[in-house]
Amino acid sequence: MSPVDSVSPVGFTVHRRAGAAWRAFTAETRLVFTRRRNAVLLAGLGLVPILVGIAIKVNGAPSGDGQSGPKFLQQVTGNGLFLIFTSLALMLPLLIPLVLGILTGDTVAGEANTGTLRYLLLVPVSRTRLLAVKAAGALTYAAAGVLTIGVTGLATGALLFPVGEVTLLSGDQVSFANGLLRALLIGGYVLLSLTGLLAAGLFFSTLTEVPVAAMAATIVFAVVSQVLDSLPQLHVVHPYLLTHHWLDFGELLRIAPRSSLLLQGLAVQLGYVAVGVSLAWSRFTSADVTA
Amino acid sequence: MTPTVTPTAEAVRTCSLTKRWPSGQMAVDGLDLVVPSGSVYGFLGPNGSGKTTTIRMLLGLINPTAGTASLLGQPMPAGGRRVLPRVGALVEGPAFHPYLSGTANLRRLDRWDATADPATCTSRIGVALERVGLSAAAGKRYRSYSLGMKQRLGIAASLLQPRELLILDEPTNGLDPQGTREVRALIRDLAGDGITVLLSSHLLSEVEQVCTHVGMMRAGRLVAQGGLEQVRRQAGTLRVRVETADVAAAAKVLQDWGLEPQTVAAQAISATLDDADPAGLVAALVHAGVAVHGFQVQRPELEELFVALTGEGFDVAG
Repeated sequence: MSPVDSVSPVGFTVHRRAGAAWRAFTAETRLVFTRRRNAVLLAGLGLVPILVGIAIKVNGAPSGDGQSGPKFLQQVTGNGLFLIFTSLALMLPLLIPLVLGILTGDTVAGEANTGTLRYLLLVPVSRTRLLAVKAAGALTYAAAGVLTIGVTGLATGALLFPVGEVTLLSGDQVSFANGLLRALLIGGYVLLSLTGLLAAGLFFSTLTEVPVAAMAATIVFAVVSQVLDSLPQLHVVHPYLLTHHWLDFGELLRIAPRSSLLLQGLAVQLGYVAVGVSLAWSRFTSADVTA
Repeated sequence: MTPTVTPTAEAVRTCSLTKRWPSGQMAVDGLDLVVPSGSVYGFLGPNGSGKTTTIRMLLGLINPTAGTASLLGQPMPAGGRRVLPRVGALVEGPAFHPYLSGTANLRRLDRWDATADPATCTSRIGVALERVGLSAAAGKRYRSYSLGMKQRLGIAASLLQPRELLILDEPTNGLDPQGTREVRALIRDLAGDGITVLLSSHLLSEVEQVCTHVGMMRAGRLVAQGGLEQVRRQAGTLRVRVETADVAAAAKVLQDWGLEPQTVAAQAISATLDDADPAGLVAALVHAGVAVHGFQVQRPELEELFVALTGEGFDVAG
């Protein structure tokens, strides 16, 4: 073969351009965020802290030992910053898996369902790259979701409740800036905690051409994990469950967080991501695309 | 890395290409397809005969159970990354995101294309839409498009880049007669630019007018393939019909030529021509003093061959 030309007989060149991955990523995020359903779900996530804030303002926080209702509820009336944390604790079990299940279930199965998957592959887009871009798009959406909850939680909390020096769960007082930094860390931890779910959703999405099936599977996966987590008889497997460490983000509200617990939570997610992505990749790169 | 391109005489070639579904059903069975470079190849067969499955294997969307396929000299699916940018395709109808406009859909595809130049994206989209006559509806949502407009957008997507090979699976499905004519003109146009076109259809009439080559499928097997004339000859040999008042004398001349004349009307005989030269036959008739009122070489109808080869249920009338 002659090394001379990348020019085909018709006279055009075929080579990868710089920034190709970024262009594909923008195409994907545009599609994800401009889709009305996804935008509505995102707005819905942002609405929850507002509703929770108003409810606490109107009815007051329940008195008691702090075991009733979602975590951190008692602290909200003392410091509006806690509205973010109580909202996250409230939404992590079901609402967030629901939204992310809908999103990740759609990633590959949605394209297969509309038939656009075959045309993406014919562009051509390698199957590995397609999966990577889809995963990046889902992660971006999850980040936007966590950020939305944080921003509306902070705004509502600041409007309805006092803000200022933050009293941590450990009783220590830290500055508001320190509290904000902890909120950022918590947002990061929550996002990383969700990566296992995203990977599982991606895998389910490669198994079917029916997006609803993949969505349901992803949501059921998160719910079953929590059901198993609530059975004391299964305590041996608890540390390895997808959702077991989700609420450990509260550790970051202590002056001395138990980092081993947090790292354990991240390690579990890493495990789910490794397995989920491997399965998704091996399935998707070998499957016949008949849709 | 710049891939090298070896021009080949064959744009598409398959060797014993076979696809058996997990259910055990044989979709494509030992297919040896040859599409010469520069040809317009009509890929014919009834619905369900394996055309689309073959096309999906050619493009690397599904894996063959056995056999090999190559596009523009590159093995598929291994060479897909190098060869697919030079191939435009419409497979089993157009598919786009319903809530995006035609332009937005094309822009999205272009963004995914690692070889596309972002600077020329808008102009290339404009040219492609213009070429399929969709400029006026470019800003409308895809969901509001008629079937014909959807089909045109699919063709426009395959024209976003200069191509060497176009694989069009039933491109005129859902088009009105005017639209069908326009697509046919477009295909002629593209072929004129030197692009090889593989055109699948279940409609003979659609293919016969634009194709230089045809292949016919039935139940996963290729039952005929070659240049249009060559295949037409397969449809049956040429027949000669002689109209004359002196049937007996004419019949004798034909018999002397080794033909087997049959009387088909009071003053007409007919015979298969085999390899006989029609001009010589006319001369012989005249030389023998037969008053020839009419002399006709009858070409076999391709349609009859299609019906015969591909079986009943073949939608010849369209």
